[in-house]
Amino acid sequence: MNRMTAAAAAQGGLAPPPTMNHDEALIEAHRCLMCWDAPCTRACPTTIDVPGFIKQIANHDLIGSARTILESNILGASCARVCPTEVLCEGACVLNGLHERPIDIGRLQAFATDDVVFGDGDLFTLFTVGERTRHNVGVVGAGPAGLSCGAELAKLGHSVVLYDANDQPGGLNTYGVATYKMDQATALREVEFVTGLGVEIRSGTAVGRDVDVGELFSSHEAIFLGVGLGSVPLLGLEGEELDGVADALDFIADVRGGGVDLTGESVAVIGGGNTAIDAVTQAARVGAERVYLVYRRGRDEMKAYPHDIERALMSGVEFIHWSAPASIEGEGSVSALVCYRTDHSTDGVLVAIPESEYRLPVTMVLRATGQAKRVSFFDQFDGVATDRGGRVVVDEEFRTGNQMIWAGGDCVNGGKEVVNAVAHGKAAAMSIDRALRSGAAGK
Amino acid sequence: MADLSVNICGIESPNPFWLASAPPTNTGAQIVRAFDAGWGGAVWKTLGDPIENVYSRYSSVDMNGQRMMGFSNIELITDRSLEINLIEIAEVKRRYPENVVVVSLMVDSNPDAWDTIIKQVEQAGADAIELNFGCPHGMSERGMGSAVGQVPEYTCDITGWAKESATVPVFVKLTPNITDIRVAARAAKTGGADAVSLINTINSITGVDLDSFTPRPVVGRMSSHGGYSGPAVKPIGLNMVASIAADPFTEGLPISGIGGIATWQDVAEYILLGATTIQVCTAVMHYGYRIVEGMAEGLSNYLDSKGMASVNELRGLSVNKVVDWQDLDVNYIVKAEIDQDKCIHCGLCYIACYDGAHQAIGVEYKDDETKVWIIDDLCVGCNLCSLVCPVQGCIEMVERDHGQTHMSWNDYLSDEKPGELYPRPKHGLTIGPT
Repeated sequence: MNRMTAAAAAQGGLAPPPTMNHDEALIEAHRCLMCWDAPCTRACPTTIDVPGFIKQIANHDLIGSARTILESNILGASCARVCPTEVLCEGACVLNGLHERPIDIGRLQAFATDDVVFGDGDLFTLFTVGERTRHNVGVVGAGPAGLSCGAELAKLGHSVVLYDANDQPGGLNTYGVATYKMDQATALREVEFVTGLGVEIRSGTAVGRDVDVGELFSSHEAIFLGVGLGSVPLLGLEGEELDGVADALDFIADVRGGGVDLTGESVAVIGGGNTAIDAVTQAARVGAERVYLVYRRGRDEMKAYPHDIERALMSGVEFIHWSAPASIEGEGSVSALVCYRTDHSTDGVLVAIPESEYRLPVTMVLRATGQAKRVSFFDQFDGVATDRGGRVVVDEEFRTGNQMIWAGGDCVNGGKEVVNAVAHGKAAAMSIDRALRSGAAGK
Repeated sequence: MADLSVNICGIESPNPFWLASAPPTNTGAQIVRAFDAGWGGAVWKTLGDPIENVYSRYSSVDMNGQRMMGFSNIELITDRSLEINLIEIAEVKRRYPENVVVVSLMVDSNPDAWDTIIKQVEQAGADAIELNFGCPHGMSERGMGSAVGQVPEYTCDITGWAKESATVPVFVKLTPNITDIRVAARAAKTGGADAVSLINTINSITGVDLDSFTPRPVVGRMSSHGGYSGPAVKPIGLNMVASIAADPFTEGLPISGIGGIATWQDVAEYILLGATTIQVCTAVMHYGYRIVEGMAEGLSNYLDSKGMASVNELRGLSVNKVVDWQDLDVNYIVKAEIDQDKCIHCGLCYIACYDGAHQAIGVEYKDDETKVWIIDDLCVGCNLCSLVCPVQGCIEMVERDHGQTHMSWNDYLSDEKPGELYPRPKHGLTIGPT
């Protein structure tokens, strides 16, 4: 059973694919050729030794396998589920070149890490934890970047406090991942695993609101900013204030919270990226009658991954290309999305086709047109600059212009995968460690 | 359809496929099912004084998810009475007169014991008897089985006793647990054996339970050395069969080949190296009697493809292709060639050659791929890269015509060298004081 069919078979299509059983994992592990300088490892932003951990599964050393993964990527359990493996490790698998199914690396990784991450084993036998230092680091944002940075620093012996504005830690892993990839409970259990390393998390604590920047600086010698992105901005459409219009990420968070049922509803999601594709698929799988993905360009220009597009189509989503929203109609709540047709002009610029408007009868409209950058948030930090795209400017070690402050994750790369955020957090942690030990950071 | 029937020391068999003396030939009912499935003959599980077995008798070696690549047993000879075995032998022969029933025997080392049991099984209708001088466990400690096979004089003497009593052909089953199989085969021939069957199982411990520290198979808290069989032992069986077939003393002595046979290719290989019939046990214990269907069909198709009307045309064709090392042509040169269009960039050939052989493959990561190439000057044509390559036909060993004359090592050492030795790449000093 591959990811797709396993997901479809899961109850209602809302649950993630089942984890492998031992025999399944062994058979799959034995398929691995154990490439030298393996392309799967090269394709992994956290350079997990994939053939190494798979060989350890095959050789019945699950602890060793988990260690191989988690030493490279402390969030290996969630990355196993949410990574677009189809375009990363599994996409690079040499078996593709043999016209064979690539190794099911994602599910093998979940198999190898689950017992350790979700079990109650002694993590300090799993990892070599450095001697306790007297250094103290503050991490802003308990999403993947912050958790990764905090966990690595804790392993190096430093004290770490994570500040997170949300009620629950985990960031997009907790609130923003489609349920059919990873459920919320799994994300939260992984956070517990990180806190088990000695990381303290202060949830519901927004910097600038519940704790001021000065306090942050006085409590910590170094700061890591892993605050991600903001909400999806309003489109400026007439009728956008109507009930039923929402940010697609808020919708996904609601579904993750449970109890969302769209039976009888018709939903239009505006956008063509990964959030849009997750929102439509999620909407279809919580019972929506009709689900439309409204995108102003063609299929080839969608930023969503092909495997996610395929899953959306298999879930019954209708794709409306070359259309953009004009206004939203309704009395109190949404009754229709008015769209107009678009096209490329002869010089390649997207143009509206005159008098092409049509009404799409829907009861919900979700914005998935890209999250806003949190440019004003960074104004609180002296020396932290953002580029023209609103991304925090860092050097190769993820240092900002302030020698006490590092940054990583979506706020630096503009919004990529969990695994990229983990890689940033880890690299920043190494840099912070060097700075703390050499006395270059701090007061 | 090629003719698969064979004649081994006067016994006609509808095909060369026999079951070895083992659990698959324990009862008449089993052998009836085997003959229905297509087996040409069966060697009845060894008769003698019935024994009692221990519980838990088999263990296996699995490899990369494949079950029973190697198999071990500590089961003894029959635990059923001689009386019912004899009744069943007679009934099987009555129902299947065309199929061959050889009866394996093992009794104490005295002529009367052998004479008695041989007369009884002949009376029952056995087409031949097979002297079990091979069993390496349990019976050997009682002075039978491999305890006989490991001493050429005993092998010779007891074969002689059997020949005096028997009117049907006498097969001697040889143990591989010795230094030189040819010595055992010569002893059997000297004693009058009509044919030899080999190999019996190899002394082994298949593994150790890493929790209880008890080797396998586990009997209570202990284990015992067992007889190893299955695909893992085929190369050993092939070599022993070939060396008996090529030995001037035993040349022409019919051979029933045994050891790791599971497919028609295995059968063809044993026959090419001199076997007339073959015997199977482990593969049947794994998959059942039905595997003979594929063997018969496959061997027949193969013979047709070679334009051979009978399996007898195949016999022994590879025997004289096994020579001593010093008779090999040292001027035969092959080098590896990689078909870059087929390469999937796994890097296995590179690392195998670099760490495990002769450092003759180059590597570079370029354009998102691991690119490999043969460093022709350093390639010694060892085959390793072509063996590890997972892609069919991607790495081929290609013969180089360099104009040097055929020359064996013996030729090279002789006073009248026929030519020059083609130069070999050699590493100079690879590490030294800095």
